[in-house]
Amino acid sequence: MSAKNNSSPGVSRRGFMRRAGIGGGVLGAGLLDKQAQAARADANKFVGPGEVPVTLKINGKPQTLNLEPRVTLLDALRNHLELTGAKRVCDRATCGACTVILNGKSVYSCTVLAIDAQGKEIQTIEGISNGKPHPVSEAFVNHDAQQCGYCTPGFVMAAKAFLDHNPNPTYEEVKEGLCGNLCRCGTYVGVRQAVLEAAKEMKGGHNA
Amino acid sequence: MPDYSWPPMDQRKVIGVPTKRRDGIDKSTGRAKYSSDVKPEGTLFGALLTSPYAHAKITSIDTSEAEHMPGVAAVRVILGAGKEVQWEGAEIAVVAATREELANDAVRKIKVQYERLPHLVREDDLSKAGNRAKPAGEQVTGDPDKAFQEADAVIEGTYGIPVITHCCLESHGNTVQFSGDKVNLWPSTQNVSGIGGDLGKSLEVPIANVHTEMQFIGGGFGSKFAADLWGVEAARLSKASGGKPVKIFLDRATELKIAGNRPSAFATIKVGAKKDGTLTAWQSNSWATGGMGGGGMPPIPYVFTGIPNVRLNHTAVAVNAGMARAWRAPNHPQASFLTCAALEDLAAKLRMDPMDLFVKNLGLTAREPVYTRQLQKAAEIMEWKKRWHPRGEGPGPVKEGLGLAINTWGGGGHASQCRTTIHPDGSVMIEIGTQDLGTGTRTIITMVAAETLGLPLGAIGLRIGNSDYPPDGASGGSTTVGGVSPSTRKSTVNAREKLFAVVAPALGTTPDQLVAVDGRIQVKNDPSKSLPWQDACRKLGTNKISEMGENNPRQPGGLMSQGVGGIQMADVSVDTETGLVKMNKFVAVQDCGLIINPKTAESQIHGAAIMGICAALFEERVMDQQTGKYLNADMEFYKLAGIADVGEIVVHLDITPENDKRGVIGLGEPPAIGVIAAISNAVANAIGVRVPHVPLTADRVLEALERRNA
Repeated sequence: MSAKNNSSPGVSRRGFMRRAGIGGGVLGAGLLDKQAQAARADANKFVGPGEVPVTLKINGKPQTLNLEPRVTLLDALRNHLELTGAKRVCDRATCGACTVILNGKSVYSCTVLAIDAQGKEIQTIEGISNGKPHPVSEAFVNHDAQQCGYCTPGFVMAAKAFLDHNPNPTYEEVKEGLCGNLCRCGTYVGVRQAVLEAAKEMKGGHNA
Repeated sequence: MPDYSWPPMDQRKVIGVPTKRRDGIDKSTGRAKYSSDVKPEGTLFGALLTSPYAHAKITSIDTSEAEHMPGVAAVRVILGAGKEVQWEGAEIAVVAATREELANDAVRKIKVQYERLPHLVREDDLSKAGNRAKPAGEQVTGDPDKAFQEADAVIEGTYGIPVITHCCLESHGNTVQFSGDKVNLWPSTQNVSGIGGDLGKSLEVPIANVHTEMQFIGGGFGSKFAADLWGVEAARLSKASGGKPVKIFLDRATELKIAGNRPSAFATIKVGAKKDGTLTAWQSNSWATGGMGGGGMPPIPYVFTGIPNVRLNHTAVAVNAGMARAWRAPNHPQASFLTCAALEDLAAKLRMDPMDLFVKNLGLTAREPVYTRQLQKAAEIMEWKKRWHPRGEGPGPVKEGLGLAINTWGGGGHASQCRTTIHPDGSVMIEIGTQDLGTGTRTIITMVAAETLGLPLGAIGLRIGNSDYPPDGASGGSTTVGGVSPSTRKSTVNAREKLFAVVAPALGTTPDQLVAVDGRIQVKNDPSKSLPWQDACRKLGTNKISEMGENNPRQPGGLMSQGVGGIQMADVSVDTETGLVKMNKFVAVQDCGLIINPKTAESQIHGAAIMGICAALFEERVMDQQTGKYLNADMEFYKLAGIADVGEIVVHLDITPENDKRGVIGLGEPPAIGVIAAISNAVANAIGVRVPHVPLTADRVLEALERRNA
């Protein structure tokens, strides 16, 4: 199943939310609890309060920032690094406008702490261009899969991660795989077409 | 005066060709800088303290601890002791600090004591509104009582549509720098040219000293015209912090509570008709809220304004909740729903196909020929006549249904000025102080300029989104395309005429014999006598051409006009065991004028349909009377449709030579009007009973089914 392939077994709330749907609150609390316990065991030490050095590997380049431990990956990108492609919209892991790719999986960066993203490969919309626009970005333009464009970088990142794991999606799989992102202007008709076109383009090896 | 008219349809090279949006790649690569992405050197973060109560008096406020928090640059009290708050989320104090987290910490240290006052936050039950209800007075046309007595069929029903919020993905806010008597403003606004005046007035600085810049906006939908209190306060915090820029964008909960919403509309409606479906009488008691302001009266009966006997009563209800703002086609979606739902119920009572009932009564509308054609077209796309069935019929637990609705809108073009500059090296720059809300305004302007100057799209430079450029109206009421396309046309024609005058002697002719096509200036009907664009421009020597063009809303000159109609049809499946409604297909047939870019025009209609699907199936501001709170002020429970929820959407634009002659007409609003009504009617057709209130959530569907079966 496409959504499954594209979701993280670890901290990604995106994959979890997708599968859980409306009735998943109780189950979710249990699962997140276990993750939190595991994270505590791993860390085995307390950091903060107050700023601590945090090293993030963003688009292949390590960058060290002084951040409070409570700062989210999204706020680190936007407020401390001028990487403003990821947007803050719901700030509660619902809408996907803040989507980045963490170790190959799409995540809501508003719900990942920057300190927890250390040691991981962080890819943002700014890092997928590779000299020329990524085929997903191109396809969004070709199919007018954007209006105000505020959801677009998140959609593009979610679509890229989805296609990296599902290179031959059906129309139905696209609808399921992209349901973790919301658009207010109503661009879904174009998005569905754009993702299918990008799948074809990416198989052509333009931008692996 | 030069001939500004649009080139004939068959001679256009750019206008009318589906064209990718100019700023598309900036948006899809994340390069586009929205005002919420702008953070000039030294920017402070602002955070608001808002009221937790729907109605309360502030008895004391103490900011001393907040003021001494690390990183805090300034604290301002907006509502001090003795002041009343009228809704949850109202702004009480504001802090600026070096980091966002510190600003939020400081807000939590402000101590406020409240004396709670009685509140009303719900208006769905008018009998509980008490003195918050303000009846508008009765309006009567003809003799409704007699008409109801004489009617062959009468239906009476109650219908309701809740308050919904704009939920712009980029929340409301701005960055402001107020230093000395100069203000730099980076807002998220639908009004780049005008917002500085609004802010300047509040700050008591010369408006000429307010500079506004906004390149991209993440949604407005009618809610982003004013400088707003948070804009004024950000400026004052900036001043108090020694002129450092201050950035305030509302958090999502506050955005949903106070940054605008669409008024509700409820009504008990009685409709009378003859046996053949001819409408004879309408009576409605409607009520609505738009917050403390009451809310607008939906124009009912909608479109069928010629019903001869009508009695209208409307009551505005003031509730302790955030104030309404314009919302994509103000009052029309509500009116279309109330009217079309009642008419569909009437058709069901008469055992008529509602399409036949609509057709029968189109003489009561202002656009009979348009709607007649559109009903036929929509029915053809939907296969209505083959697929429609009487209410509630159909095998199995999952029932299919079809519904239809009608819309109308004005449009027109707002006041707009454009400057075209042609440089001696052949480069062209268009400047307008407008904004592109995502409707495709940049692309439209570029296309009009390219068409007029005979140049490729890539040769047109464009600057918008800055108050230094010639002024352009606010983007509201679907008036932007009707404003910027005439001003661009006139400005580029004026510049082109100037260039012709310079070039004519070199081509041995007079300016009136020249045309600009395919990157050349040439003699009409004689391509052998021509100059490439750049060679022609070189004749300017060291001078440049700079020409203005203006759109005057009252003198459209054939370039733009207003007044459209549309028909929309929905095809749904309803699971009568779970109550879930699924969109199968949505058809929008839309009247239009001259379409400059069919690609973005279609996107507007797709978007309008999807927004309507959100409102029909998911969106509702849920207020709790006990606590006075907005219960779902987040995006988890204030629900929008996702990519899998919208079904197939088919758009048909009435692009015809006859419509083209009307000039440009905006399309943002009309297709957003009838969606809720069409879907509600389709659900009624599927399950055999009206679900009286939208959104058509599973619980409401099951409740309606229970009532039918009782």
